[in-house]
Amino acid sequence: MRAVAAAFYKDVLLGWRGRAQGMAVAVFGATLLLLLSFAVGPNAQTLRQLGGGFLWVALLFASTLALTESFRLERENRAIEGLLLLGVHPAAIFYGKALANWLHLFVLGLLLLPVMVVLYDPALDGIAGVVGVLALGTAGLSAPGTLHAGLASQTRAQQVLLPLLLFPLVVPVLIAAVRATSLCLLGDPMGQARSWALLLLAFDGVFWPLCGLLFGHVIEE
Amino acid sequence: MQCPAPETGPRAMNETRTAIEARGLCKRYGRTWALVDVDLCVRPGEALVVAGRNGSGKSTLLRVLAGTLRPDRGEVRLLGEPVRRGRAALVGHASFTYDALSGAENLRIAARLLGRPSGPTDVQFFLDRVGLGARGADRVQAYSAGMRKRLALARALLQDAPVVLLDEPYGQLDPPGFGLIDRLVDELREEGRAVVLASHQVERLARICDRALLLDAGRAAWSGPATELPFVFQRLEEASIRAVAG
Repeated sequence: MRAVAAAFYKDVLLGWRGRAQGMAVAVFGATLLLLLSFAVGPNAQTLRQLGGGFLWVALLFASTLALTESFRLERENRAIEGLLLLGVHPAAIFYGKALANWLHLFVLGLLLLPVMVVLYDPALDGIAGVVGVLALGTAGLSAPGTLHAGLASQTRAQQVLLPLLLFPLVVPVLIAAVRATSLCLLGDPMGQARSWALLLLAFDGVFWPLCGLLFGHVIEE
Repeated sequence: MQCPAPETGPRAMNETRTAIEARGLCKRYGRTWALVDVDLCVRPGEALVVAGRNGSGKSTLLRVLAGTLRPDRGEVRLLGEPVRRGRAALVGHASFTYDALSGAENLRIAARLLGRPSGPTDVQFFLDRVGLGARGADRVQAYSAGMRKRLALARALLQDAPVVLLDEPYGQLDPPGFGLIDRLVDELREEGRAVVLASHQVERLARICDRALLLDAGRAAWSGPATELPFVFQRLEEASIRAVAG
């Protein structure tokens, strides 16, 4: 736990130092939301219906930039090799980094949420529920995202490879997150949002331990 | 390369145990053999210099000893146990640091990961020891190559490992930095740590190390007292020049 906390502190500190890059990622996500709203057109009802889905599309694309950046810093001076040389268990490095990436993506989601509200005009009653879904959904993106960003960082084509590896894997997370978000925003008379949220929780419960186990193999030379 | 017979006297207790023992090390990159059947033995408190031309396998040997590279064949034991990461501190070609953080922050994170005291005074001690005391608050991206090397040394000292591996320790350092390395090697030996240095500075290292190992194309070409290394190394250089010319 001590090593996980130290690795988390390190990644949060690096994220804070690179906050200009983080803001650029947020602007990219907001721009995507804006473009998608123009693509849909002025129909308010359609915009409301698609807002939740587009929020997750923007988050997914922006997440690849954030995840790639987190490993670029590790490869810069072979810093990750230095962590291993200290005798730190790869799983501790993974959980520290995955937690920091989750925090980063969650904050990114919170920044994109008001943009989505302004552009897509959803009902505000379910916003608290959306925040909860964001927490679970970004956790579902961050664990496999961290694992695959580590894998992709060992190749020259990491920017291309990461979406190719990650997107198919997180399709179930995205479906559950989009459905739960839409139900929170559009109304949920049948109480289905809870089931989708539980599904997200189940994905998180599978991905987090599994990715932690595999990470050591990914970063070994 | 066998360990010499243990001395008798006050240091004998320390020296009877082997700090590093490597047998039959082989490592291949694709079709190229970087190490072929290399044996090595270093006792606590002893400094070994590994010399050889570019591409002779020095860095690969140190990375295998550190546990960051797995040998294709052979075995490494540190203090009698199979090698695992964390038992040896390695200062390599890369600094293993984060450019966006300050020197002190890099050390603080390493200390936290190791579960060591990470307060400002604890970190400052190591920065002072490598001559970076006044620049600890600066970000590493503003450091020169020599300062990065000093920070890497501080990080290795902080690790407090029984085995210290220094790959090209004089590289990028200024003349006072050369003196720092000589002093640190002496201190590490006094503390009973085994030190292995890979370098081209054979004459300098011959003065501060106990024994030497000369690598040629991944093979152990010669091993013996460090004082004899400059002559042996010169003979090897002359032989290779003759081979190229002839």
